[in-house]
Amino acid sequence: MSYQIEDKGELKTLLNIETKKSNMTRRIILDRIARNIFLISTIFALLVLGILIYKIWVDSVGWLNFKFLTSNLSIFPHKAGIWGAIVGSFLLMAIVAPVTITLGVSTAVYLEEYAIKGKLQSLIKMNISNLAGVPSVIFGLLGLTVFARLLNLGSSILAGGLTMSLLVLPIVVVASQEAIRSVPSFLRDASYAMGATKWTTIRKVVLPVALPGILTGSILALSRAIGETAPLVVLGIPTLILRIPSSIMDNFTALPIQVYYWTLDAVLTREYANLAAATIVVLMLMLAIMNSTAIIIRNKFQKRY
Amino acid sequence: MEKVTGVREIIKNNFNSNKGRLMEKVMPKAFLLAASISIITTIGIAFTLVFDAYKFFSKVPFKDIFSTRLAPLASTPAFGILPLINGTIIIALIAMSVAIPVGLTSAIYLSEYASENIRRTLKPIMEVLAGIPTIVYGFFAYSFVTPLLMKAIPSLEAKNALSPGIVMGIMIIPLVASLSEDAMNSVPNSLREGALALGSTKLEVALKVIVPAGFSGIIASFVLGISRAVGETMIVAIASGSSKNFTFDITKSMQTMTAYIVEFTSGDAGSGTLGYYSLYAVGLLLFIFTLLMNLLAQYISKRYREEY
Repeated sequence: MSYQIEDKGELKTLLNIETKKSNMTRRIILDRIARNIFLISTIFALLVLGILIYKIWVDSVGWLNFKFLTSNLSIFPHKAGIWGAIVGSFLLMAIVAPVTITLGVSTAVYLEEYAIKGKLQSLIKMNISNLAGVPSVIFGLLGLTVFARLLNLGSSILAGGLTMSLLVLPIVVVASQEAIRSVPSFLRDASYAMGATKWTTIRKVVLPVALPGILTGSILALSRAIGETAPLVVLGIPTLILRIPSSIMDNFTALPIQVYYWTLDAVLTREYANLAAATIVVLMLMLAIMNSTAIIIRNKFQKRY
Repeated sequence: MEKVTGVREIIKNNFNSNKGRLMEKVMPKAFLLAASISIITTIGIAFTLVFDAYKFFSKVPFKDIFSTRLAPLASTPAFGILPLINGTIIIALIAMSVAIPVGLTSAIYLSEYASENIRRTLKPIMEVLAGIPTIVYGFFAYSFVTPLLMKAIPSLEAKNALSPGIVMGIMIIPLVASLSEDAMNSVPNSLREGALALGSTKLEVALKVIVPAGFSGIIASFVLGISRAVGETMIVAIASGSSKNFTFDITKSMQTMTAYIVEFTSGDAGSGTLGYYSLYAVGLLLFIFTLLMNLLAQYISKRYREEY
């Protein structure tokens, strides 16, 4: 630098800049360190996921075979299979899917298409977002009191399915609301312009266009329901069910329930932990299939306007 | 509708359809009925809990529950709720001391540092982590994390508070991370660019501009995380055991409110016994607490949101 310094004040400022500069390297180093710490903590989640899957896979090796999938429960670990639990989980879904989709989509249609902005609408909306935050074990108590005892359904598939439907209802409602909201209004206008009534417009225009979003949300809700354990345990599903359920009024067991009881039994012998791990693999595979179906539907069929 | 050939026919069909008229009147009511199911559910929950909790309190004086002795099946049953509250708070604290630092730093990384490509690979992994059933986490805590911790802490019991606390924290990381990231993403870019133009490093931008600007959303994510931790059931039911002792020692077994409910319904507490009604008292407390937390989170994110 070759210019003249005229007064002391300017000199001070320049010196200040110099100290700032040396400070800068420190600040940049600090930034680099922080960046790596942040990255590590992000990777931590990934790492745990990897360990979790690896650990469960290792525990299930040798136990997960065709016999395990197709034979029934048994008190002897080596003879035990999960066919009953698989049937139970599917029957549970057979109740949850129609009930929760009907109620959820109807609620969403009401909120988005019919409801007049006002107290009732905001009450229902606030209610749904709070319902989503209620612990699942509380839904279990509701099911135990209302479905199992009051309506005398006992620990049947119907009682479990209805309880589970209420639990995942908010997921379907919110997803359907978003799907319906994203239907552009010019489609509705075109339908009205051709003399269609509101219901016809909803049935023939809004719902078909919103269908991919609704389906995605419904599948995600079902995948939540299939892994949920606490409400079923609270409903009092018996430990050992040796009969394959044949109707919705039968007692039953489901995949997560089996994981729960076998993990508790692992105190007695390690073999129960292997059974639990093998069941988890089956459960996670089902979840993976459901979730990837949801993603495919979302990516493939969602039209952008 | 019959086969139609043109717009004119469609309009005519729509106009003449009588069935359509009837549906026009019926459908809104049907939809309203469906929408009211959610409200009935809430009322049903509140009513069943209050009703049976009332039966409990009509037999057990209210002041008796503020005791550290919990022995529902003893010959002289005691229903002190303090051991359960203690267990719930301690395990939730452990969970949040994992979830908050990891979740928040992940959110900062994803929102401020990560390139679009990295973000696109990491976010789905977080979503997978959030979609794993809690029973699987319970199994993981009991059969992997506890034995691992035992190597470091030999005095650790097979059922303890530490391991489910840590695993619960891992479970809550995606919740805290994604909600905090949403809050940070909603901070306008102009603030970022302004700070960078003044010579700030990315770290300074994140800590002095982005985090303060998105603070309400970040705090709301913590509150929701706590609510999740308190309401979480299966991890603690499996990995923290059912000891009803009042203790602060995290290497020992503890019971949370949720685990108490699960233990009792899957056990032999028959309908009508005092133990059975105590479930609803505990459930009522749990319901009120999580409801307040959720309302608080909504309030914070609405009331203190900075508008740009």
